[in-house]
Amino acid sequence: MDFNDTPEEAAFRKEVRAWLDANATRKSDDRQSFRARNDDPNLLEKAREWQAKEAAAGYARMTWPKEFGGRGASPILQVIYQQEKSNYLVPLGFFDIGLGMCIPTMMAYASPEHLARYVKPALHGEEIWCQLFSEPAAGSDVAGIRTRAERDGEGWVINGQKVWTSGAHYSDFGIIITRTDPNVPKHAGLTMFFLSMKTPGVEVRPIKQMSGGANFNEVFFTDVRIPDSQRLGKVGEGWKAALTTLMNERLAVGLPSGGLDVDELMELARDTDLDDGPAIRNQQVRGKIADWYVQQQGLKLTRYRTLTALSKGQTPGPESSIIKIVAAPKMQDMGAFAMELMGPAGIMKEDVPQAAGFQAQWIGGAGFRIAGGTDEILRNIVAERVLGLPADVRVDKDVPFNQLGKK
Amino acid sequence: MNFDFSDDQKLLKEQVRKFLTDKCPTKVVRRVLDGPEAYAEEVWTGLVELGVPGVGIPEAYGGLGLSPLELCVVAEEIGRAAAPVPFDTSVVLATEAIKLAGSEAQKKKWLPLLAEGKAIGTLAVSEGAQPPKPRNVATTYGGGFLNGKKVPVADGDAATFAVVLAKNGLVLVDLNQKGVAKKRVETVDPARKHAELTFDGASAELLGAEGDGWTLLERLYDAAAVYFAFAQVGGAEAAMWMARDYALQRQAFGRAIGSYQAIKHKLADCYVKLELARSNAYYGAMMLTDGGADLPLAAAAARIAATDAYDFASKENIQTHGGIGFTWEADTQFHYRRARVMALSIGGPMAWKDKLVTRLEQKNAA
Repeated sequence: MDFNDTPEEAAFRKEVRAWLDANATRKSDDRQSFRARNDDPNLLEKAREWQAKEAAAGYARMTWPKEFGGRGASPILQVIYQQEKSNYLVPLGFFDIGLGMCIPTMMAYASPEHLARYVKPALHGEEIWCQLFSEPAAGSDVAGIRTRAERDGEGWVINGQKVWTSGAHYSDFGIIITRTDPNVPKHAGLTMFFLSMKTPGVEVRPIKQMSGGANFNEVFFTDVRIPDSQRLGKVGEGWKAALTTLMNERLAVGLPSGGLDVDELMELARDTDLDDGPAIRNQQVRGKIADWYVQQQGLKLTRYRTLTALSKGQTPGPESSIIKIVAAPKMQDMGAFAMELMGPAGIMKEDVPQAAGFQAQWIGGAGFRIAGGTDEILRNIVAERVLGLPADVRVDKDVPFNQLGKK
Repeated sequence: MNFDFSDDQKLLKEQVRKFLTDKCPTKVVRRVLDGPEAYAEEVWTGLVELGVPGVGIPEAYGGLGLSPLELCVVAEEIGRAAAPVPFDTSVVLATEAIKLAGSEAQKKKWLPLLAEGKAIGTLAVSEGAQPPKPRNVATTYGGGFLNGKKVPVADGDAATFAVVLAKNGLVLVDLNQKGVAKKRVETVDPARKHAELTFDGASAELLGAEGDGWTLLERLYDAAAVYFAFAQVGGAEAAMWMARDYALQRQAFGRAIGSYQAIKHKLADCYVKLELARSNAYYGAMMLTDGGADLPLAAAAARIAATDAYDFASKENIQTHGGIGFTWEADTQFHYRRARVMALSIGGPMAWKDKLVTRLEQKNAA
């Protein structure tokens, strides 16, 4: 057992480092500059420039086929690139949904002409894509969406509302799941399309989150007309297409969250005075530190097991399905505990500089436990797919969508 | 990145698993639990024939000379079967103690006997109601003689020799002699027999230097923690699947109980804890193999995660079974009992968490 690269991986890592050294700045450890960076009003423009550079060098989506600008490379090389990139100051996050989920769905369903038109600009950061799935009445139960698409001559008319759409406010295009037939059971009545976010009738409104940030949006559709050529997959087979998108989400290998870790908690515990001395000497505090260290270390090592499978060209086991189930509550609980250590001042947004990071974990953790699969849904997935337990009894499976809840 | 066992190691694991599935089904565990046997002799003999006690013993001393990784995969299978054999005592604790601290003469004498299964060793630390600490060890060694009482000692009546923690060091003592009295004691896990050993001027010799007892014990526990973690992972996995199989088969309110989220989420949590434990155990194995500097920390993390996983899976296995799971006829009790015994035998989670943080502090200060 070792954590070493194969000769091929080591050579690639060296190549990547050289390229990154020539094209990006190494990260400093200064957290202040991290925040300043994120508040940079020109961040999107910088991100586009960076994406173009990365794509031109062939690093942006290495596992994609060559015809689409990839290298047809093994996923482990893409992971190595990501690992190395994480040591440099580069703008992140604007293209992940488009390139990780939307474009792969396009590749599965769109016409060759559309692929020729859309893939390259997306890869090179010229156009950004978003994923229009969740709705006010359809979160964990995405197949319960109500946004309608109705035939109108050669095209379709879309009416309804999406919510929690990441990046809709700066996106150029989106893939959207709609209900085309409410008279059949819910999974059978869905159809997927793509559309320009500039299409008349599309209105984007940002959502202010509990944390104060605004990364997500509500998107309203009022008589939005699109041609039938923008349909992805057959009419009524939108659920199958949506699963393609979501599968791609799961294939993405999680990177270290970048959240605060046990080292920071220990630092705080050393500096905190409790009745019986420094908090780090208190057995309750030590017990918690140990528990979170074991989780943190366990997640890192679980990723290494997944990477090992990728490195050997094997399909990884289901072990990575535990990562968010553990990481999200840990983030929330560790943040809350650190605030408790600071005493009443742990709630202050000023004068207590060490509080901000932990407060952000505590607030952010509440959202992280919901985003991209709630704690509960993820447990269902483990129970059903890993342990082979039956799906819940469903009252909505064989009932026409428009008859649900009417009995 | 090569954070996995090799194909050969997986093959060995399969081999041991197949043997134990055939020769050590739960009815064998039950037989030992219900009866007077010290351990399942036919299972132990079969394991000896497979070479299990010699896996980690160098060839020069009559063993197979394999790496700790091989012993880890064997430990996982022993744990999965909850096998009533002196594995954790003889193969792990006694063998590792002699490898760690034994003189050349001691290694030459004991390791070949251990490898061939002709000697069964154990480790005797506890002296009763208080958790063992350097300041409360009363057993004394001097002038070649050992005096004191150790209880509970796992496999204490089956063992032919013991490594004993005395006030002034670790001591090797042959248990088949006049100065040693063995008395079986009842514990919560009758499938693993324990005894009280009384030493009344028993002839003995130091294992390692005088005064090094506690330090050596801590190092021995670090290695043992990794092997125990694999056994605990195996046991936790067995308990999880036992619960899952029952949840598929048992109907309540018109459907399989495994379709209720209250059961599904509980079993998903078993899986989460199991994988956290497995990953931490792998790292422990890696550090053990390379003599890695990170072993003390890795061992503590493996120990804590695996103890938690086994405790949780074994108790929720009973809970998933409902009333039938609480009967003497049910197999659920085996893992519940074993999980507790394994959790306490080389120090409980509370002590290991304290150790882990101490080691983190040392690492951060370095």
